Amino acid sequence: MQNRFLVVCSSPHFRAKGSTARIMFDVIIALLPAAIGAWVFFRGRALVVIIASVAGAVSTELIMLRVRKRKPTAADISSATVTGILVAFCVTSTFPWWGAVVGSAFGIAIAKHCFGGLGFNIFNPALAGRIFLMHAYVARMTSWEPTYFETKELSSPQPTHAAEASPKVDGETYATPLGKVKEGILQKRSTEEIERGLPSYWRLFVGNRGGCLGETSALLLLAGAVYLLLRRVIGLHIPLSFLGSLGLFGWIFGAAPMVGGGVFRGDPLFHVLAGGAVLGAFFMATDMVTSPMTPKGKVVFGCGCGLITGLIRTWGGFPEGVSYSIFLMNMCVPLIDRFTMPRLFGADFKK
Amino acid sequence: MVKTGFKGGVHPPYSKEGTRDREIRKAALPKIVRLPLQQHIGAPANPVVKLGDHVKTGQLVAEPGGYVSAAIHSSVSGKITAIRPFPHPLGSRMPAIEIESDGWDTLSEDMPPVGDHLSLSPEQIVEAVHRAGIVGLGGAAFPTHVKLKPPQNVRIHTLVLNGAECEPFLTCDFRLMVERPNEIVQGALLLKKAVSSERIIVGVEANKPEAIESLSRAAASYREISVESLEVKYPQGSELQLIKSLTGIELPKSKLPLEAGFVVQNVGTALAVFEAVVKGKPLYERVVTIAGNGVKEPCNLLVRIGTLFGELLEQAGGVLDDAAKLIVGGPMMGLTQHTLDVPVTKGTCGMLIFREDQVEVADALVCIRCGRCETYCPAGLPTARIGLAAEFGKFNIAESLDVMECMECGCCSYVCPSKRPMTHYMRAAKAEIMQKQQMEKAASAK
Repeated sequence: MQNRFLVVCSSPHFRAKGSTARIMFDVIIALLPAAIGAWVFFRGRALVVIIASVAGAVSTELIMLRVRKRKPTAADISSATVTGILVAFCVTSTFPWWGAVVGSAFGIAIAKHCFGGLGFNIFNPALAGRIFLMHAYVARMTSWEPTYFETKELSSPQPTHAAEASPKVDGETYATPLGKVKEGILQKRSTEEIERGLPSYWRLFVGNRGGCLGETSALLLLAGAVYLLLRRVIGLHIPLSFLGSLGLFGWIFGAAPMVGGGVFRGDPLFHVLAGGAVLGAFFMATDMVTSPMTPKGKVVFGCGCGLITGLIRTWGGFPEGVSYSIFLMNMCVPLIDRFTMPRLFGADFKK
Repeated sequence: MVKTGFKGGVHPPYSKEGTRDREIRKAALPKIVRLPLQQHIGAPANPVVKLGDHVKTGQLVAEPGGYVSAAIHSSVSGKITAIRPFPHPLGSRMPAIEIESDGWDTLSEDMPPVGDHLSLSPEQIVEAVHRAGIVGLGGAAFPTHVKLKPPQNVRIHTLVLNGAECEPFLTCDFRLMVERPNEIVQGALLLKKAVSSERIIVGVEANKPEAIESLSRAAASYREISVESLEVKYPQGSELQLIKSLTGIELPKSKLPLEAGFVVQNVGTALAVFEAVVKGKPLYERVVTIAGNGVKEPCNLLVRIGTLFGELLEQAGGVLDDAAKLIVGGPMMGLTQHTLDVPVTKGTCGMLIFREDQVEVADALVCIRCGRCETYCPAGLPTARIGLAAEFGKFNIAESLDVMECMECGCCSYVCPSKRPMTHYMRAAKAEIMQKQQMEKAASAK
């Protein structure tokens, strides 16, 4: 011992278990139920898109790290995988696989690495990827199709179900629940008429409705979210304030612009379940890098997301506003962080 | 009822099983001792002996170098063989007095017992504590007599006795509370008298029920003493966090507890005060926990101050071949040593030996802004942001984010999933800022 080489380093000499890679890995695990759901509802195409998107994200990450002369770590790879899955989750089922590759590559290369890579990006790379695709391929990003089960119902006409579900195909087009609402508003249909065309809460909850690959099933997304909550990867501050403020906004103004609708007559549950709010609130807005750090800041951030989503859905040009709302709130994070510092111990002491 | 209290804090593996049932054993008399002149916060002591002098155990060898300083007494009887810089547990070399023991351990009679808490005046007690060279034995080693002299206009209302012992592995305070509760209580009564406080609160973490029981029994006949059970959470034993847990009052770090009417003393310090005042024994030995998976027989030893680590480790059965890290103090705040040639000082509460498998060497990754360090920071600091500022050399930003309020408890580093050296960033920023402040001071003095 006397002649041994003793390690000298700074305290503490204990470290808690857990690592950044493990956090990212947990997110991947949490996204698996919804990925399986995508496969169940939209069949093999969904899997192809997810795999292509992940491959695009990871390879872009490796290339960018190479360009920036950084050694890839498990944290980099797993975080790129998360981005890949999330990009795939927010494109339509009809979207081509190469498009998903373009989207995730844009997210990783431009939104992440141009800002300094993992930890320094201002915007959620997956959302940046989705918004890029939304503007680059408008038609492809808005052509929806019914789920596998809805298609089956259509081909075997059963009048009892038709009234409830009515995934009515107007000519060749098919719309998401939020799309139907927006269309109804624009065509000044009555609230009752619009509501008749919408799927039931149960359908919205399990995910048997049109929409982006990973956003449809609140049930499966929540299963993953519970896992993340138990693993303490995410907290409830952002998701609850996001969904809560969106529901509140939906209740107050959701029915307002509609013919015959009024203030305080909206449907909060519909607003929470119909679009990508659950996916956004639990998996995108909670991205650590692009959300505030303190509980207070997280609540402000979540409320902002919910509010902007509600505004876009109710008065905006798009039927859905989750991705834009998070994107806009990402920009506000430095400001929110600045005004929501943790309370210093002993700050209230007066002599 | 268990008192919870402050926000933040972590739950490291406590690892106290190895030594909690080991009774305090007297260590063998060392062959040589080295007494650093700087064993406390404040000015170093000034030697009052010469090379070749013969000294007795307990004899004064260095007098306080100022008001905030402490006297140093010989811990063996023997001959002064050197007064020069030697390796110090704080790193680098610092002046120390080396004494070669004659093996007789002849006691000096310089310091007669003065009395007890009933017969003595506050001034007499403080004087005896000052003469005995007593410093805080919890680790920080702040001279105790300074803490017993509140500013003129302040009335001390509460004496807090710190028995939290929240650092993993360490059990020296626990053993003292179990084995010598009566003397601790007598020491506490002396301290109470010295500062004329109204009450004494003893805080012990709930994972030490035996200590709570023995202290409660010892204090049963004194109505002014209450023994409280605290939530098991690191850093429960930190002065300000302890006050918050026990009384609900949050004091800023810039404020001395003394100025707000609190005096906080470690249980070991209370015992040292008892021995100094009632028995006339200056501070020349203390209990040290020797633990960790690299030591063969973990134990609690009553050690002469100045004993070299190498000699002490042999009494713990020696170390295993793959021992790779020596820590003085606990694993959360302790300092690693590069040599066994350093002495036990008054502030040494533990020595840990870790084997290679417990020595984590992880590459630090980038901050992913998860905010865990800020959630668990007991001081309520924006640690993630301070860490980034310090990493990029923006020390003025670190300063504006209150980094000086950091007590370096280590919670931020402990929880960081990216294994960033957060506490080290804090330390670096604090050092830079203090250096800058000193330079500004020097410049303005010119």
